[in-house]
Amino acid sequence: MSVQTTADIVLVDYGLGNLRSATRGLERAGASVTISDDPERFHAADGVVLPGVGAFAEGMENAASIRDGLVAYAEEGRPLFGICLGMQMLLTSSEEADKEGQGDVEGLDLIPGRNRRFAEGQKIPHMGWNELSVERDHPVTAGIDGEYAYFVHSYYADPDDERAVVAETDYGIDFPAIVANEAGNVFGTQFHPEKSGETGLRILRNFVDYCVE
Amino acid sequence: MTLTKRIIPCIDVDLDEDGNAAVYTGVNFEDLEYTGDPVEMAKKYNEAGADEFVFLDITASAEGRETMLDTVSAVADEVFIPLTVGGGIRTKEDIKETLRAGADKVSINSGAIAEPSLVNDGARAFGSQCIVISVDARRRFDEQGEHYVEVDGESCWFECTVKGGREGTDLDVVEWANEVESRGAGELFVNSIDADGTKDGYDIPLTKAVCDSVSTPVIASSGCGGPEDMYEVFTDAGADAGLAASIFHFDEFGIGEVKRYLDEKGVPVRL
Repeated sequence: MSVQTTADIVLVDYGLGNLRSATRGLERAGASVTISDDPERFHAADGVVLPGVGAFAEGMENAASIRDGLVAYAEEGRPLFGICLGMQMLLTSSEEADKEGQGDVEGLDLIPGRNRRFAEGQKIPHMGWNELSVERDHPVTAGIDGEYAYFVHSYYADPDDERAVVAETDYGIDFPAIVANEAGNVFGTQFHPEKSGETGLRILRNFVDYCVE
Repeated sequence: MTLTKRIIPCIDVDLDEDGNAAVYTGVNFEDLEYTGDPVEMAKKYNEAGADEFVFLDITASAEGRETMLDTVSAVADEVFIPLTVGGGIRTKEDIKETLRAGADKVSINSGAIAEPSLVNDGARAFGSQCIVISVDARRRFDEQGEHYVEVDGESCWFECTVKGGREGTDLDVVEWANEVESRGAGELFVNSIDADGTKDGYDIPLTKAVCDSVSTPVIASSGCGGPEDMYEVFTDAGADAGLAASIFHFDEFGIGEVKRYLDEKGVPVRL
């Protein structure tokens, strides 16, 4: 597996997330990685990755200053890849509030839909390796149908348009493991590709290839 | 298909004579035998199909902590699967620097017993998904427990111990598991002082008691002597992950071999 492509990828730093693993994973996939919170820098890149672990409300709060820059970048049709919480932030809203009884928290609204909590009766978080079932073509999915990826999450994306579901995974219900907007340039994985061994590296290589196309 | 059961090699990291990180594995309860370089070992297990790693700092020293963090970074740069790091984590700052070094989760044991609010603070700052609470359980057959189970016709409860089982706390493991879950722990790592090093199998009543009382994932540890012990702890106790050290370190069983055995018996694993 030789890696020849070099893509200039910006990893968005909004104070959350294990940036080290995502950086090394992208580098292994052939990218040169810059960690930045400067929207000007996004526009100069071949692709932008929005990483994330932690809570939705805190993530959106931390990302408030870069929100407009990210949305403008995505609306130009440029590649924007959200990982885990970063993927959930691409949707319109989330049930995950800071306190019980609070209303929905707003997301970036690049993919219409809502993040919901897994129902009782399942262990939460959904933590571990689970199978990917590719539902429709997208540049990042080459070679991953039926492979396993590493998930850690308590909420899942529920897009309004079912065509936004690129891949599914079964955890009591079939939930979206990969989502994308209609144009395909805005997409995200609920799982962590940087923690999903060879399958994850494959997705990151697919992403790098897509960015330099 | 559904969520698979995880097979996790545990890597105990100590300092060798030159102060470098080295993996040591206990033999017959106490003697530690040198079994390899942590980064090489992690690469080997990753290729063999390990689902995750647990690294434990067994040096209990400041030099050890620093070496451990360097080791974690070296592993995280090479191996793209989740890493849990434990040993000596007592403050929010310890959690932060361990995650920053490249760990995905931290395993906290006596630090949480000494200061339970560390669980809340850690979960709030870094997310529940990275806060693993580890317990070293010991069977007690007296009247001081809260949750009793029947073991070989006798009623027993499980006590949280500290200092590798040398000191009791009178804290009931099941009670503690519920408490740390409500404080925000994302996973429980259950060791058994009674089963540790025996290779007679996991402590099934212990693991089952914890799995039945919480809704977070549970990693079973201590006592694994082979694939059938993994099978038992998944099917009889309901564990989500099985951890083992010596059977892998001394090449008694390969990770792939354990997984194929489980797969043939109908346990979902990542092959």
